[in-house]
Amino acid sequence: MSLDELFTEIILDHYQHPHNHGLIPNPTFSSRGYNESCGDDIQVSVLIRDGVIADAKFSGAGCSISQASASIMTDLIKGKTVDEARQIAGRFYEMVKGTEGDYGEEMGDAISLQGVSKFPVRVKCATLAWHTLEEALAKGDHER
Amino acid sequence: MMRSDVKNDFPIFAEWKEKGRPLIYLDSAATTQKPREVIAALDEYYSKYNANVHRGTYELSQLATDMYEEARAKVARFINSARPESVVFTRNATESLNLIAYAWGLNNLQKGDEIVLSEMEHHSNLVPWHIIARHTGAVLKFIRMNSDYMLDLESLKENLGPRTKAVSVVHVSNVLGTINPVKEICRLAHEAGALAIIDGAQSAPHMPVDVQDIDCDFYALSGHKMCGPTGIGALYAKYELLEKMEPFMGGGEMINEVFPTTSNYAKPPYKFEAGTPNIGGAIGLGAAVGYLEKLGLQNVVEHEIELGDYAARRLAEIEGIHIFRPKTTGTGVLSFTVDNVHPHDISTILDSAGIAIRAGHHCAQPLMRKLQVQSTARASFYVYNDKPDVEALAAALEKGIALFRPRKKADPEQTVRDAENNVKIG
Repeated sequence: MSLDELFTEIILDHYQHPHNHGLIPNPTFSSRGYNESCGDDIQVSVLIRDGVIADAKFSGAGCSISQASASIMTDLIKGKTVDEARQIAGRFYEMVKGTEGDYGEEMGDAISLQGVSKFPVRVKCATLAWHTLEEALAKGDHER
Repeated sequence: MMRSDVKNDFPIFAEWKEKGRPLIYLDSAATTQKPREVIAALDEYYSKYNANVHRGTYELSQLATDMYEEARAKVARFINSARPESVVFTRNATESLNLIAYAWGLNNLQKGDEIVLSEMEHHSNLVPWHIIARHTGAVLKFIRMNSDYMLDLESLKENLGPRTKAVSVVHVSNVLGTINPVKEICRLAHEAGALAIIDGAQSAPHMPVDVQDIDCDFYALSGHKMCGPTGIGALYAKYELLEKMEPFMGGGEMINEVFPTTSNYAKPPYKFEAGTPNIGGAIGLGAAVGYLEKLGLQNVVEHEIELGDYAARRLAEIEGIHIFRPKTTGTGVLSFTVDNVHPHDISTILDSAGIAIRAGHHCAQPLMRKLQVQSTARASFYVYNDKPDVEALAAALEKGIALFRPRKKADPEQTVRDAENNVKIG
């Protein structure tokens, strides 16, 4: 396992210059994710209009993998429907857990996190933001 | 002086060297590696003497019982307990502390009574008291830590009062390496009429401990942090206290007579060892303390302080590293953070160089908040570590810092071009 496979330039760029960092003032849903084993703490908020994610932001602090993953995720889900976002999350879990497959354009910069699959102890870092997003979105389920 | 070939006593190092991936193990504060003698003791017990203890109706059982009780005597001698019956075998220091909290705390604390802890406690000396405080209405107070990561004894004195029933503090911090003045803390606790409880999980493995000299009422230790197997620990307690205390758990071994609706109990330490104990583990722990005694605990502590000091100096030379360790005392525990590199990333970088450290909150979340960090990286040294291990640590850290050097914001078009090139190359 080579470090360059994990800490790619794209990941380090998202880590050092995160996109969509901050809080949405009046989010439709938000949720907090906490990784007990390392202390990473993240807040994901989404603004939904007509079933489409109009805005997504994250705040908090954590390691390069969890922060880059959150930055990439918020880029990726903006403009997608809630169901589409959930599908991408499902594909993302498969990718970082090492399931063989063609992870093409749909994954955007998230493809740069594929190397995480070779570092099993870091999978939880990569999925923290995505699980937190799913928890936030689940808050809308009972309203449907 | 520490023998220079100690590493050879621990088969795991040869094993990984053979695999072509030499192991630099710097996580002994979490758990230590096991010397051949301990592994052999387990093998010998299970191969030749396995039987249940304290059922001496046949020779094999008597032999197992003798070995189990001999292990108790070894642990007692190791911490200079006045008598072996003061040593109760538990699973680990966490269980030992829970035993005190439940068997003593739950039955002796009243609403408004006070327990004094410190700001540098491990969760194992916090959470049991949270539970007991909720049940009894007792109040928890905290000894402040000063800017040199030492406990402020003035703060202890301020916290002691007529309602103080116990003072429970860590002997050596698992995060900072601070060695607390436990003898003085016990004296002050007793002066206030309170019991003194010492969490020795990080002291028993690393330095000579004399429970009679410290004059603590309770002392908790974990076997796996001192070359012993996992799942075995001990609680030392003054015998009169054990006699007065209610049992922690009920079942076989801990009873004298049992009737349908009542029972009376065996004498300590058996009163606190319900069910078949971890016989093999206890025998393994006995072998571990024997091994450490042969190395010499004074040698062990000197070796670790020397390595800890050396590592602290070496890492301080690297720009961007911040060390959390007292200037005045410190063991072989070294917590640090690195500018621009998260502890979890540090751990991965070091892992790729075959170096095992711990990254996280080290089961001390209140201390992390006090230090104003989310987590730290921690290298912890033991008898088998040496200066080349420290050099490897420093070199790998320098490499990681270079990898994470701050970059300018990427030009999005350039990133796209790079990605396209990568695809072509791939």
